[in-house]
Amino acid sequence: MSENKVAAPAKKLRFMPQLAGRPYLGLSLTLAVIVIMILWPLVTGKDITRETVFTILLSVTLASSLNILLGYTGYVSFGHVVFFGLGGYVGFYLLAIQGWSLWMAMLAGGLSSALLAYLLGRAILRLRGAYFALATIGINEAMRAFINNFKPFGGPIGMTLNFQVYRDYGGASQALWMVFYTMGALTLLAVTVSFFVRTSKFGLGLLAIREDEDAAEVMGVVAPKAKTWAYVLSAIFPGIIGVLFFFKNGSIEPAPAFRLHFSIETIVMVMLGGQGTVLGPVVGSGLYQGIRGYLLTSAIFKNIQLAVAGGLLLLIVLFVPDGVIGWLRHRFPFLRRVLQ
Amino acid sequence: MDFILASVIDGLLLGFVYGVAAMGLTLIWGVMNVINLSHGPIIALGMFGVYLIFGAFSLNPYVAILIVAVLGLVLGVAIYYVAVQRVINAPHLSTLLATFSVNMIIIGLGTAIFSASPRNVEFSLGSLTLGPITLLGTRVVAAFAAMLVAGALYLFLYRTRYGRYIRAVANNRDAAELMGVPSNRILALSFGLGTMLAAIAGGLIATFFPFTILAGGAYELKSFVIGVLGGLGNPIGALFGGLILGVLEGIIPTFMPTTWVPVVEFLLFVLILLVRPQGLFGAKS
Amino acid sequence: MNRKLLVILMLLMVSLFVACGGDDAAAPAAVDEPAPAEESAAPAEEAAPEEAAPAPETQTIVVGYTASQTGSQNVSSTRQVNGLMLWMNQVNAAGGLELSDGTKIMFDHVSYDDESNTDRVQELYTRMATEDDATFLISPYSSGLTAAAAVIAEQYGKVMVTTGAASDSTYQQGLTTVFQAYTPASRYLTGAVDLLAQLDPTVKKLAFVYENSKFSTDVVNAAKAYAESLGYEVVLHEGYDPETTDFGPFINKLQDAAPDAILGGGHFQDGSTFARQINEKNLEVNFLTLLVAPPEPDFADLGDAALGVIGPSQWEPQAAFTKASADEAGMEFYGIESDQFVIDYEAAYDGEEPSYHSAGGYAAGLLLEKAIVDADSTDPVKVAAALDAMDLLTFFGHIKFDTTAESHGLQIGHSMVYIQWQEDGGNLGKQVVWPAEGATADALYPMP
Repeated sequence: MSENKVAAPAKKLRFMPQLAGRPYLGLSLTLAVIVIMILWPLVTGKDITRETVFTILLSVTLASSLNILLGYTGYVSFGHVVFFGLGGYVGFYLLAIQGWSLWMAMLAGGLSSALLAYLLGRAILRLRGAYFALATIGINEAMRAFINNFKPFGGPIGMTLNFQVYRDYGGASQALWMVFYTMGALTLLAVTVSFFVRTSKFGLGLLAIREDEDAAEVMGVVAPKAKTWAYVLSAIFPGIIGVLFFFKNGSIEPAPAFRLHFSIETIVMVMLGGQGTVLGPVVGSGLYQGIRGYLLTSAIFKNIQLAVAGGLLLLIVLFVPDGVIGWLRHRFPFLRRVLQ
Repeated sequence: MDFILASVIDGLLLGFVYGVAAMGLTLIWGVMNVINLSHGPIIALGMFGVYLIFGAFSLNPYVAILIVAVLGLVLGVAIYYVAVQRVINAPHLSTLLATFSVNMIIIGLGTAIFSASPRNVEFSLGSLTLGPITLLGTRVVAAFAAMLVAGALYLFLYRTRYGRYIRAVANNRDAAELMGVPSNRILALSFGLGTMLAAIAGGLIATFFPFTILAGGAYELKSFVIGVLGGLGNPIGALFGGLILGVLEGIIPTFMPTTWVPVVEFLLFVLILLVRPQGLFGAKS
Repeated sequence: MNRKLLVILMLLMVSLFVACGGDDAAAPAAVDEPAPAEESAAPAEEAAPEEAAPAPETQTIVVGYTASQTGSQNVSSTRQVNGLMLWMNQVNAAGGLELSDGTKIMFDHVSYDDESNTDRVQELYTRMATEDDATFLISPYSSGLTAAAAVIAEQYGKVMVTTGAASDSTYQQGLTTVFQAYTPASRYLTGAVDLLAQLDPTVKKLAFVYENSKFSTDVVNAAKAYAESLGYEVVLHEGYDPETTDFGPFINKLQDAAPDAILGGGHFQDGSTFARQINEKNLEVNFLTLLVAPPEPDFADLGDAALGVIGPSQWEPQAAFTKASADEAGMEFYGIESDQFVIDYEAAYDGEEPSYHSAGGYAAGLLLEKAIVDADSTDPVKVAAALDAMDLLTFFGHIKFDTTAESHGLQIGHSMVYIQWQEDGGNLGKQVVWPAEGATADALYPMP
């Protein structure tokens, strides 16, 4: 049977960045939204707000990173959590076993994820469409199974941090606030990177690849190179925040670190907000975490929360495939300058 | 080295059943370029179908599988019309997410109804001992049933009118449409056949392994690996892919720790995607 | 087309509304769990000043925990919660606890679904500790989730009694407010080795076959070291993937290695599958001990394959920990006795037989209760001190916590009992076969 199918009907270049006019308006709006989120726990003064916002910021960073590959370049990475898990593991190992500081461990986590992406990218980015998606699933599963057997990382037992570690950062509760602000800073950075990628010449090349890879090559985009760098860029932040997350968590195990479901959730957030836009992943993550948080704790839905979430996702995929931001941009063209 | 022989035979018997599950996945891919991420939960529903029918009516599990097959077909057609039809021409991401949301719905409702507690179909056909090798009745029958299903699918695809339609749509949907093939209905039928195969595989597995509502996930991943081994879109290749995987699972543990099996499997999977994306048996396209 | 858009718009509005409402609306959602008997008192009031209060007053204490309502740990977690809720309802039905100043303590609970994974455990525990005013915490089910929850308990200085969380490593992180009700993983299987040594001193060759997960690996590593120190030869030591359903390759390998005894397993599903396939494949084995699965009442569904299988259990209905036995040993006894627990539990949950997870849940509540009584206060520091000093017998067994800095809160009093499935007049039943002083029957050896 046939296996070659023409790529999806070329979409109009609806999300072309508006370089003319005020390109930074969109970025400013996005960053403002994030800053408000970061300040929110300060206003309420509640630890639980901090925890909720932390989860959202984590998602925003993951979704914005994934968006570079998924939204701009059009490659569906289903196993993106592999970078979160690997970075987390490398960093945690340096932190817990080798006694590195959190900052150096985070750096090392990000770099190891970037390196993995670079090595993988050269090989698997040759695959298109669903073949690429399948390969990323395979890589994540292989990595999980490997870590499960890898004794220096504790194998199936994983690793735990001694509680004493938090005292180096001003005690446990102080450390939590520090982790939160670090997360906030990383989120701002990740979104800014995502914005500059999109408005750069490099980003235009990625968009061209998304629309029609063969044509892009003809036009002079060196697709393999551009794709690989997009992949590397999309892997760095997940690696860094993997370290931060597991530092906060206090322990790491293979199954939670490489949970395929987590990758898929990230894709859903990008979709929900609007793939290929800068603001989309931010809105999508907030919406998704909000809905899930509500369903999990609501008396009516909590027994069937997974099914309800599935139903909502289906409705969005079927009826609003461009996500919230995409839909707004399409419906109200005057908003395009603001909503990027 | 008797135990290697025993492991190979065990692996082959299981491989047939894995093959049937993968045939379902790869048939859908071949006809409509959709990776069905609700494959695993449907396998689990096949298991529960047999479990419930066997429990409620004490029907022979193999008769129950026939009923489950029909239900699987109906369910698949329904999923197609509700979740897939609208996005069939959209980019891959849409169909992946649409079928994934079906996955979430089935798992969510399934856990609420059945909980995640393990189930068991209390059924045995005894065992057959040949020298050092002990064969379980249920697994031997399952392997034969799997061969039967594969044969029937082959006959259906190559000897019937609807089979020809399916192949025509798989080859070129627009051309088939021009020739008067009702392509949308054929796509629905293909999706139904794919889920039917998944449900049958689930039913067969239920006769010898315990399971939970979440058990399908592992077989879904196996189906991906097998589908790629045999060539995505090639249902008969999938049967051979299943046999290869079964034998690998039997042999690898004889010379290295069993926990390395998934590492080897998934690396092989990625490698084949890279080197021979048409599968081990596919012709170069 | 326009109508469709309208519908979509409305849907989006609804989800937005839902999302925004979520964070605020979720906070006070003190959720009602399957509460068998009666609903407990009103939402938590702020802890009132304790000493000065002249007239007796009622104080409601909130106990927080997460349950795995979905996901792979759903069954064991539900039993654990059932046990805990039984305890709470009994205390409240008896009018609560009374402190020396006349204050009455009633209990309420707040719980959320952790979906059997760690993602949200910390967020949910923080919510309970800060928003829902939970004074005390109970752990989730499983070592992995508990490790994440323990960090939060420590950060907020909340006392957390853990149950269903055996791995030692959690208690070696330098925590000070977390207390373990279960026998830790490092002592889970060592009794089985002792039992084997007593049954057949000629046995030399052991095989360890276990699930490649945190808990089982912890257990088996400790048991293997212990067995080797006794001079046993380990002919096979190998893990399997948690999702394994086909044990054929293992059984073939075991046939080749020909051990006298097999120890290992992991959780319910893999353990029962392994036992079933060993039986189907007619593997000759004299002694088979598996983790978690055998003590579960459902293990009986395996029929012949269950016969002779031994399993370590945190608690068994037959375990004879009574007031009388405590007096005999010169120990303090507190709370319900086992037979009464079984009767009450079955009455509360439609005849469901309690497993050790249920008993663990009940015990966690009971320990908290006792600590509050001993401390004569609900102040976390005083309650933690009372737990530190605790050394008593309950229906669940002997309870005493490690108070050293390295492994504070680790359970050092409690020990496992070992059950074996035996035939009794045509019926399969569990018999306690070890330790000898608590045994209800001699072990079947070699297993049939």
